[in-house]
Amino acid sequence: MNLRRRYLRDRVMQGLVYLGTLAVLLPLFFILYYVFVQGIGALDLAFFTRPPAPPGEGGGGMLPAIVGSLVVDLIALALAAVFGVAAGVLLAEYPDHPLNPFLRLVSDVMAGLPAILMGLVAFVLVVKPMGHFSGFSGAVALALIMVPIITRATEGVLKLIPWEITEAGLALGLPRWRVILSLVLPAARGGILTGLMLALARGAGEAAPLLFTAFGNPFLTLNPLEPMDTLPLKLYVYAISPYEDWHRQAWGAALLLAAAIMVANYLARRATRS
Amino acid sequence: MKRAPFIAALFALGLALAAPLTLTGAGATFPYPLYAKYFAVYQKLTGVRVNYQSIGSGGGVRQLFAQTVHFGASDAPLSDAKVAEFKKRFKTEVVHVPTALGAVAVVYNLPGVQEPLKFTGELLAEVFLGKVRTWNDPKIAELNPGVRLPPLPVTVVHRSDGSGTTFVFTEYLAKVSPAWRERVGFGKSVSWPTGLGGKGNEGVAGMVRQTPGAIGYVELVYALQNKIPFAALKNRAGRFVLPSLASVKAAAALSDFPPDARVSLTDTPAPEGYPIASFTWILVYQDMAKNRAFKSRAQAEALAELLWWIVHDGQAYNEPLHYARLPEVAVRVTEKNLRALTFGGEPLLR
Amino acid sequence: MPGWLYQRLGDRLFSALVVGLALGVVLAALAIVWVLYQGGREALHTFGFLGFLTGSRWDAVRGEFGAWPPLLGTLVTSAAALFLAFFPALSAALFVVEFAPRALKGAVAYLIDLLAALPSVVYGLWGIFVLVPLVRERVELPLFTWAAAHAPGLLAFLGPPTGIGMLSAILVLALMIVPYASALARDALALVPQSQREAMYALGATRWEVIRRVVIPYARAGIFSGVVLALARALGETMAVTMLIGNSVNLPYTLFGPAATMASLIANEFTEAEDDLHLSALIAVGFVLLLIALATNLVAAWVLRRMSLGEGRK
Repeated sequence: MNLRRRYLRDRVMQGLVYLGTLAVLLPLFFILYYVFVQGIGALDLAFFTRPPAPPGEGGGGMLPAIVGSLVVDLIALALAAVFGVAAGVLLAEYPDHPLNPFLRLVSDVMAGLPAILMGLVAFVLVVKPMGHFSGFSGAVALALIMVPIITRATEGVLKLIPWEITEAGLALGLPRWRVILSLVLPAARGGILTGLMLALARGAGEAAPLLFTAFGNPFLTLNPLEPMDTLPLKLYVYAISPYEDWHRQAWGAALLLAAAIMVANYLARRATRS
Repeated sequence: MKRAPFIAALFALGLALAAPLTLTGAGATFPYPLYAKYFAVYQKLTGVRVNYQSIGSGGGVRQLFAQTVHFGASDAPLSDAKVAEFKKRFKTEVVHVPTALGAVAVVYNLPGVQEPLKFTGELLAEVFLGKVRTWNDPKIAELNPGVRLPPLPVTVVHRSDGSGTTFVFTEYLAKVSPAWRERVGFGKSVSWPTGLGGKGNEGVAGMVRQTPGAIGYVELVYALQNKIPFAALKNRAGRFVLPSLASVKAAAALSDFPPDARVSLTDTPAPEGYPIASFTWILVYQDMAKNRAFKSRAQAEALAELLWWIVHDGQAYNEPLHYARLPEVAVRVTEKNLRALTFGGEPLLR
Repeated sequence: MPGWLYQRLGDRLFSALVVGLALGVVLAALAIVWVLYQGGREALHTFGFLGFLTGSRWDAVRGEFGAWPPLLGTLVTSAAALFLAFFPALSAALFVVEFAPRALKGAVAYLIDLLAALPSVVYGLWGIFVLVPLVRERVELPLFTWAAAHAPGLLAFLGPPTGIGMLSAILVLALMIVPYASALARDALALVPQSQREAMYALGATRWEVIRRVVIPYARAGIFSGVVLALARALGETMAVTMLIGNSVNLPYTLFGPAATMASLIANEFTEAEDDLHLSALIAVGFVLLLIALATNLVAAWVLRRMSLGEGRK
């Protein structure tokens, strides 16, 4: 084919790629700007240190929700990471295992369910036997949402690690398990981290599954066996209320949530990049 | 000398009572801001902590049945079937405690129209049935002489989520329009013949505000807070009444208030009453010992006392937050019901 | 530790651990299926499975529940959103890996991930206050007035131009699923060995040809993973869709007009449903969604298997 045509096509495709990227980034900036403008006014000291105040009184904050989010989301991520990464490892590193077809299927199916149904499952499996709501049951509901994301990301990236790495490890006399743990997984850590961060972002933003699991709590508690509040729950309740002050706080919560996840993302990537 | 053990016992009792008592409740979203106020004030007064979450009336009822909460809250009274089911399963009655009143305002967005529009129930039903398509329809003009109605198409906005607000609104329409009753009926979720569904009162308010030619329904407090114009409705006595705290309270001043407090106020006969008003209730077990959520008699006593406070001193907090107060007749009936609350047969209130 | 113990026991323990945990995932999924089936059973028995799937009336007052309208809504919105999101997502991934100068790489990747960090309700609120008026004024009204003048037959397909409806929901949904496809695609593209690219360049290929003929094919399994995840997200997305789609369970649906999806229906009515049949019908809709996810994943697994042959591990 004619060289000029090829160069032209190269340029055109490059332009389209730039355009496509812009098509994603532009709305993002609009939304970020909007959230920032709406929410920054609410992020004062009281927001971070006081419990919620009834409407009409100012000076309320989201301390119980902030702490609750941290506790519930971290427990959920820990649970989901352990199970999700293991599932991804099984799918990628032991491709002939009989469990695999079922595992892949169920994991992807779980990813497609509305979060509120995971809440229902956690209600039946955890809240009912316990007899009361708890942050832990909320964490279970969120973990159910997070696992498939982590599994798929882990499997996807592990499959792309060149066989040469495994081969080299085995050639050195290392047992299979050592090769996976010390060579393959670290090589894949970027992708696994992506999965973890996407999962965290997803889980940390959910309110519906927590309605009848973590339930919510206007009082500060660190005990996951008690009902706990989270930022999305508060956001949801405040956003549908008629009060301007509560709306502002809802936007503040949204801003805080997005910022916190991005900071976590950044720190995690920094820590693993060596 | 004889006093010492007595004082020691009192001291121990005091210490035990000093541990904060926490009650858990769940249900309706409409009264959430009011309850947030009640419980904050009550905590300052007595130290009793209440964790109330607005997971929805249906959710609240289900949690009450599941005995994971001490009390539920609902914008619609339990149906006869549900009341019977409750009695059958738990061998005790469910008690409806009214706490406040709300009204459903008919809001609209008509650029250029300043004064409140007038509607009758039948016309409203026709609009929501999709039979009245434009704002300058003669039927609307007839009720609003002198108002310049633009030729905008009518965009109906309703609730997408199940809600007590929808229940009250559709119940009203079913009472005043046989066509509505036939075609749609009433309930917390209905099959709307036309229109857009907004999520929550805020969603409907937002959509109405953004869409010229829109008409919708929201709780009065949202219309007031969002400063959206709302309509005056013709009540059964023939007067066009705007929703307000006064007209809502008037709607509830009924002579025949039922002893179980399960009453509908829509299409009220009260001459000054607004026709789409309703109570909101807290639901409890009559014999609280039958509710596994209670771990001690002290908790049950605390709840009974809280409820007594709500229907008396607590009412002072209603109006500043744009909820109407309970009329006297409701308070009298409720006092009787509260006195009947027991824990294992022993009455809770002295 | 003696050599064989280190080798064999270590391997045994490790694989037992991995299998055990993976089994936990399978059990969790089975628990989900069981809970949904139990909850939805009453409705499915009352209407019959096929009757429930094809019924077109959803009326809580009369106790009639047919899931076809929301089912159609889910299929249409998810497919359309995926279609819209695919090219931008892949472009963004390509930009980060292949085109961006060093300094921008990290920043753009980070920004794309930021899209995933925003809670769904934020998309919904932004959608109502910013996107909907924009769509109504710049897209729907002009199209509607043009069609009214030149192609009145199209009006029935277009529907009422209020801004709230299927179109806005699809646009926001597309935006929301981009990071899922893009992030995984990006990681896959980044893992393509540089040697592959260099070989192509050595043959005299242009940058686009390298991308098209080597990089994308090499990474296609990872890209596809991202697509599947994005589709899954679209199927299950609730809050933002609910706030923008207008929530009408009456067919026929139009492009601009209100519609409903299975997820939005469940989210709307679940917390308020008191009637046992109503609740059961909602859970049954969840069960149907489960089956749809199952079907799409079976198809995806088949496609993935065709793609993965001879790649990564030889």
